[in-house]
Amino acid sequence: MLIYDLIIIGAGPAGITASVYAARKKLNFLVISVDIGGQTAWSGDIENYTGYQFISGPELTQKFEEHMHKYNIPLKENEEIFSVDKTGDIFLIKTSKADYQARTVIIASGKKSKELQVAGEKEFKNHGLTYCATCDGPLFANKVVAVVGGGNSALDATLQLMKIAKQIYLINITDQLAGDAIMLQKVQEASNVKIMNNHQVSAVLGDKFVRAIKIKDQSQEKELAVEGVFVEIGLIPNSGFVKNVEKNEYNEININLRNQTNIAGMFAAGDVTNVPEKQIIIAAGEGSKAALGAFRYLAQHKF
Amino acid sequence: MAKSVIVYSTLTCPWCIRVKQYLKENNVLFLDWDVGADKVAADEMVKKSGQMGVPVLDIDGQIIVGFDKEKIKQLLGI
Repeated sequence: MLIYDLIIIGAGPAGITASVYAARKKLNFLVISVDIGGQTAWSGDIENYTGYQFISGPELTQKFEEHMHKYNIPLKENEEIFSVDKTGDIFLIKTSKADYQARTVIIASGKKSKELQVAGEKEFKNHGLTYCATCDGPLFANKVVAVVGGGNSALDATLQLMKIAKQIYLINITDQLAGDAIMLQKVQEASNVKIMNNHQVSAVLGDKFVRAIKIKDQSQEKELAVEGVFVEIGLIPNSGFVKNVEKNEYNEININLRNQTNIAGMFAAGDVTNVPEKQIIIAAGEGSKAALGAFRYLAQHKF
Repeated sequence: MAKSVIVYSTLTCPWCIRVKQYLKENNVLFLDWDVGADKVAADEMVKKSGQMGVPVLDIDGQIIVGFDKEKIKQLLGI
């Protein structure tokens, strides 16, 4: 089997930037990813990526992709990573489609939406339950829906849905909403939003599509008739496929200032790591650091 | 004869943008239904695919949910 210098896992801002740096160092490498853009692709308006005063998530993703194409970077898309293991000096990467070998890896697999873990959630996914208000929101015009969560992403989803849905129940597990003051105020002032603090969802009900949710507070459980459920309870890192690497309490991969993990030759970058602050521009910068780190490691080991 | 291709999508979903971009790159002509604005199209999409996620493609009556590049390639012969 061919042994690559480097395999980059993930094609969000971190993985793509790492790939551009790797291409410029003329490494023999590959990018493997489920999707392109990662969370950037799902972002609405971006106004803090230097050089672009305003750009949408999908547009920035397209720019990233064009940058990859410019260097003819080999990309395996729609491929899910099952495991990454090191034997001797070589990493073995198993995916949903093939096995690969490499001397170094960069884990840049980002984060994904956290699930509610309640009955009916899997069954009704895309049948009224969704993790992407930006994508699916318009399908709920004039309907009664629930947004689940209490942070910025829940507020953002609520703000988008306020203009579309008839009535929104904002189901928040804590005693008050967190998030930016400006967004919070707009949500609190909206006539079609009912904020339900101290409540949690215990089940999603329906026939072919969602018809209701069960919610409970400390004293009682009740049913709310809704046709849509938007789950916005935060993110978890896509780090489950690397078993032996050191992670923090949030399952983020621990890295040092040079993006090295505790496993020699394994680097990590972006939202999947313990880097403080999760931002597109930070992920991109971390990706470049990881690629340069991998390059230096290869040179030092005279591979 | 060219196959009939319908894309059901919303204006904001990234996979919808990518699937349409992909079809355009491959010179595939398609009908573009915005299910956010068009209630009839939205109902039609739900009926055809049995679900509410976008994008949905209808290629000569064969339904694809999501940007499934392999399946699109296979059905369109590209």
